[in-house]
Amino acid sequence: MAQLLDVIRQRMPRMRAQTAQIDKPTSRRVRPQPTPVDIAPDDPLVAYFLDTPGAVELDRLKLDSPALRELKAAGVAIAVPLVSQGELVGVLNLGPRMSQQDYSSDDRGLLNTLASQAAPAVRVAQLVRQQQIETRERERIEQELRVARLIQQTLLPKELPEMPGWSLAAYYQPARAVGGDFYDFLPFSDGRLGIVIGDVTDKGVPAALVMATTRSILRTAAQEGQAAPGDVLARANDLLFPDIPPRMFVTCLYGILNPHTGALVYANAGHDLPHQRQEGGAVELRATGMPLGLMPGMSYEERETILAPGDSVLFYSDGLVEAHNPAGDMFGFPRLMTLMSDWTDSTPLIERMLNELASFTGAGWEQEDDVTLVALQREKLACAPVTLADDEASEDGWQSLTAFQTPSAPGNEREVIAKLESALAPLNLPHKRVEQLKTAVAEATMNAMEHGSHYETDRPVDILVRANPASVSVRIRDMGGDQEIPEAHTPDIEAKLAELQTPRGWGLFLIKSLVDDMRVTSDGVYHTVELIINREGEHHASQSL
Amino acid sequence: MPARAFDAHVRQRQPRVAVIDLEGEINAFAEATLSAAYAEAEQHEPKAILLNFSQVDYINSTGIALIVTLLAKARKAHINLLTCGLSEHYVEIFNITRLADFMSVYPDEATALSAPAAEADA
Repeated sequence: MAQLLDVIRQRMPRMRAQTAQIDKPTSRRVRPQPTPVDIAPDDPLVAYFLDTPGAVELDRLKLDSPALRELKAAGVAIAVPLVSQGELVGVLNLGPRMSQQDYSSDDRGLLNTLASQAAPAVRVAQLVRQQQIETRERERIEQELRVARLIQQTLLPKELPEMPGWSLAAYYQPARAVGGDFYDFLPFSDGRLGIVIGDVTDKGVPAALVMATTRSILRTAAQEGQAAPGDVLARANDLLFPDIPPRMFVTCLYGILNPHTGALVYANAGHDLPHQRQEGGAVELRATGMPLGLMPGMSYEERETILAPGDSVLFYSDGLVEAHNPAGDMFGFPRLMTLMSDWTDSTPLIERMLNELASFTGAGWEQEDDVTLVALQREKLACAPVTLADDEASEDGWQSLTAFQTPSAPGNEREVIAKLESALAPLNLPHKRVEQLKTAVAEATMNAMEHGSHYETDRPVDILVRANPASVSVRIRDMGGDQEIPEAHTPDIEAKLAELQTPRGWGLFLIKSLVDDMRVTSDGVYHTVELIINREGEHHASQSL
Repeated sequence: MPARAFDAHVRQRQPRVAVIDLEGEINAFAEATLSAAYAEAEQHEPKAILLNFSQVDYINSTGIALIVTLLAKARKAHINLLTCGLSEHYVEIFNITRLADFMSVYPDEATALSAPAAEADA
């Protein structure tokens, strides 16, 4: 047989025919020199091949076909379509016979037989190859997803920071095609906590890599809490912008929480607005700013909110609010706002949100995007026993008479002792004992307001008054638990009168002198002084000195 | 509860005894008024100054420090500082702080003025 032209491609936009030449029978076989010929799917030759099975002598074919012209130019004399199940899977192309004679009908018959047997085989080979390509592609994607997941999970916080008086919770569930969600906690040495939540556009490894870069940049830009949130985001934006791949950007919220005051200062680079649950409902924490990496030189609005005891803030990613139910409805912001407003802490906030998300999306939901939730809650001021455990308190029959809070401002101890006096009235304590306790409580409250709370009105002092049959206890709690507790010294009045000592310094001495017991505890956040007087018997100041 | 204002008035009772009538709460807010009243009382070069606490319903540790300051001044100037009208509770406080060791405590003005301390040379 003269020259053999082979054809292979299938299911490609253009079919490519390659020509292989075989030398004279006496010569050894030489390397084929394929001449590729592309056949467009809409070329009339394709329709012809499908309509007219069997070997075709191209010289006899009259078609306005670019492929036909190309095949002829490539020296193809006879073409044998390979058709399998109505599909053209290839063309067997042959050049002129070496003898220069026309192909005989026997030749054509042989070629047709060959084609009818080769076509299914070629089809099978093509399918196997296609499957191999798809398998490799799937494996590549799976591998990429594994890498993306690994990057994200390696960089997300392994542990939640612990802050007395606060609870933190976080939830991260990647979608199958891992997105670029991230969150981070930056505990600063002064006790404040940086909180980051962000979302990189795109998915997979590119998003994970940008997430990793953003996280590092933010950690550096935060400067141990010295930099304000707006400045941190502006700096991160300028650092990210030159290197971020085209059409990618990062939404990100960065806040710094002062656990002592409950102040959360934050700035937002286009991230979904956190929601704060507070007494009377929920509010969005708004601050404007462009996403990171879109354009350089951006500035970021900085806002502050105060989390009162019992308040919570939910940080989240769009995987929550943009989740769809089977009817195609979106979870949406109004639903989130309602949930936050109605939430009671009988169920943890994140659990509540996930329950609601599950019931909204229904069973069999295929998660569209990463879902990330970070919940921050300031615990309620229980004025709970701090130095006494609950069971100990109940064993001793302690009953709460009153619990209240007073802002830290000079003179407010008078309000405290007025309330104390009212609370003690039903006990019919001796007048002298009441006066002693009032003065001790006033002094302890002054100390708490001045030294514990530095007269910052948003750092109130908590008072709990309790009684059991034998004693009355007053707890005075401030937020100076991170400070050292000064020791009580007996003032030296001679030295004071000789002006060798400050005339001040009487408070702690008076307190210790006027009550039967004083217990001081500190837990890193709260500093609590408990003053106890016995209900029976006479207290003699000198005895406690 | 807003802090009750503090006021102080100086009266000349005996030839060399000045009475300072104190009224309200003796705390940090009282410092300027108390200091001015003492300066006024001191102008007459008294042998004794009587602090009348009968209209005082609250003294805190800062108030104690103010009284210590007055007492130090008085001792320097050889003036007897006397007190009257303290409630039972604040008498106890004056005992605890040992202020009572350095300034005589009388139940009322008349008793104080008739006491030898008001007559004696400082």
